[in-house]
Amino acid sequence: MLIRLQQISKTYRVGEIDIPALRAIDLEIARGEFLAIMGASGSGKSTLLNLLGCLDRPTGGTYELDGQEISRLSGDALAHIRNRKIGFVFQNFNLLTRTTALENVELPLYYGPWLSTSAKQKKATELLVRLGLGDRLHHHPSQLSGGQQQRVAIARALVNEPPLILADEPTGNLDSRSGDEIMALFHELNAAGITLIMVTHEPDIAGHAHRIIHMKDGAVL
Amino acid sequence: MNALAIFRIAARALFRNKGRSLLTALGIIIGIAAVIAVVAVGQGAAVTMQTQISSMGNNLAMVFPGSMHMGGFRGGAGTRHTLTADDGEAILRESPYAVAVTPVVRSGAQVIYRENDWATSIQGVGVSYPEVRSWSMKEGDFFTESEVRSGSRVGVLGATVAEQLFAGEDPVGKSIRIRNMSFRVLGVLARKGSAAWGQDQDDMIVIPWTTARRVLENSPFSHVNQLLISLTSMDDLPQAREDISNILRQRHRLAAGADDDFTVTDMTEVTQMITQVSSLMSMLLTVIASISLIVGGIGIMNIMLVSVTERTREIGLRMAVGARRRDILMQFVVEAITLAGAGGILGIILGIVVAKGVAGANNWPVVVSPGAVLLALSFSAGIGIFFGFYPAWRASRLNPIESLRHE
Ligand SMILES: Nc1ncnc2c1ncn2[C@@H]1O[C@H](COP(=O)(O)OP(=O)(O)OP(=O)(O)O)[C@@H](O)[C@H]1O
Ligand SMILES: [Mg+2]
Repeated sequence: MLIRLQQISKTYRVGEIDIPALRAIDLEIARGEFLAIMGASGSGKSTLLNLLGCLDRPTGGTYELDGQEISRLSGDALAHIRNRKIGFVFQNFNLLTRTTALENVELPLYYGPWLSTSAKQKKATELLVRLGLGDRLHHHPSQLSGGQQQRVAIARALVNEPPLILADEPTGNLDSRSGDEIMALFHELNAAGITLIMVTHEPDIAGHAHRIIHMKDGAVL
Repeated sequence: MNALAIFRIAARALFRNKGRSLLTALGIIIGIAAVIAVVAVGQGAAVTMQTQISSMGNNLAMVFPGSMHMGGFRGGAGTRHTLTADDGEAILRESPYAVAVTPVVRSGAQVIYRENDWATSIQGVGVSYPEVRSWSMKEGDFFTESEVRSGSRVGVLGATVAEQLFAGEDPVGKSIRIRNMSFRVLGVLARKGSAAWGQDQDDMIVIPWTTARRVLENSPFSHVNQLLISLTSMDDLPQAREDISNILRQRHRLAAGADDDFTVTDMTEVTQMITQVSSLMSMLLTVIASISLIVGGIGIMNIMLVSVTERTREIGLRMAVGARRRDILMQFVVEAITLAGAGGILGIILGIVVAKGVAGANNWPVVVSPGAVLLALSFSAGIGIFFGFYPAWRASRLNPIESLRHE
């Protein structure tokens, strides 16, 4: 198992009111799976994904990632795990503006083990070429289409060769053709052994996954 | 993340907002420029003053007639007839501290050579004058002891006078007219330049003091306006002044308790006064510069806070891809240091330019000490750290999830 969640809960406290965003979730995800999470707005999909991505800590339960119990780790240790084991893909791409595609992809390398400038460039270039953006290395995000921007973001997620990619509505801002291209890419990555977890509203996008889980009011159905 | 990479990212972030960065750094630029300029001009002026004062002569002490009383000259020093050339002889004879002595009788006149004329000061002095004032001859000779004793009508020209009267012609051996009397030119003094107070020291003629007093002034007395004494060493100054006072009091038969009828002085008093004034000025400017630096620092803090808000999503993203809190902290601190440091460098350059301008207008040298530059640089970096820390700390405390959602 790559991921094992036991009785995971997350409660936000806003003023005097407790908002339970996740309630006692048990979930296991095997290495190499391609999983889609669906559910109504506010059902807790993003909250779950952020916990899986070590961006947040649960208020209860245990989370084991790659054999390591991580729900009580320090902030620095979580940052380390995010850098080495997890790649994020966002709905709005989250590329740095006024920064080239190449530099965007290099970004995670700055927080990993030391690499020379040329080694960083080489790695990022190879990845972008593999994703069909070899002629867009020095373009800024504003000079790229949505689909291209999302591919740059995926290259950034892959650059540290993580075993796990988390995507929160990766096709939410894309037309259906670009969405299909991204899905084709996800299949490729999954075939190469990467575990993929994707949140989506669209049934046909979710249909690309091997397993679909549904959420409602902070619980997995 | 290594230091160079952080610095490159910081430099790029600042360069993206060139105009804003420059305006932000302005306070630092002005503050550092003021400090550098003040120090450079101050040190340059001090060096100039030192050379000018030492150009006055060899370990020079001066005696004027009349007494200095309650901080001022009573009855006008130099107007009384209490000081004679014999007093000078006696000091040279009796004081172990006196190496050479010359009397000075000051006068002035229109000097004529053929169709050229020039109004200048006439200094009647003794043969030791070149030694006392450490002044060499450019050409010709100084007058001799026998010429002084006989009151000969001979003279030595200052460089300015030689130029004005002779315009390239060789003055040695020529006759000039002073108050309708003919004087033979024996030589020309080397150029000395202007004194600390800006007066042209080369605009004068030296003649034997006897000639000045008896022939030029047509006076039967042998009183002098001043005695210039070359001392063994400036370190002996307090004892030397004491010694000279005692000799003169004895010679002038002053009763114990009576005021001196002469004043012994030296250049250290002038130096002290100028130093005091200039250190007061630098203190004032340093205060202004400090205020400017603090204001500049606050400006940097302000713009860094704005920058952190603007780049919230970037911060969230960096955290998502593995930046630790301290990486974010470092990034923004380094950015503040880079901003302040660049301001410091520009300030140093501006300060040197200003100093050169000020000094150029006053004919001072500019002394830019590496110490001052280093201090200015580390000070501006320190401002960057101090005022950049809080915004950077705020950035490092951001929640990555909320930051990623930030608009
Ligand atoms: N920082 C927060 N503070 C308080 N409540 C929060 C916070 N983040 C999320 N919530 C609440 O937690 C619940 C789950 O939110 P989450 O963002 O996970 O929903 P979602 O399933 O991703 O919805 P959507 O499909 O609209 O993105 C919601 O009720 C939301 O209001
Ligand atoms: Mg969501």
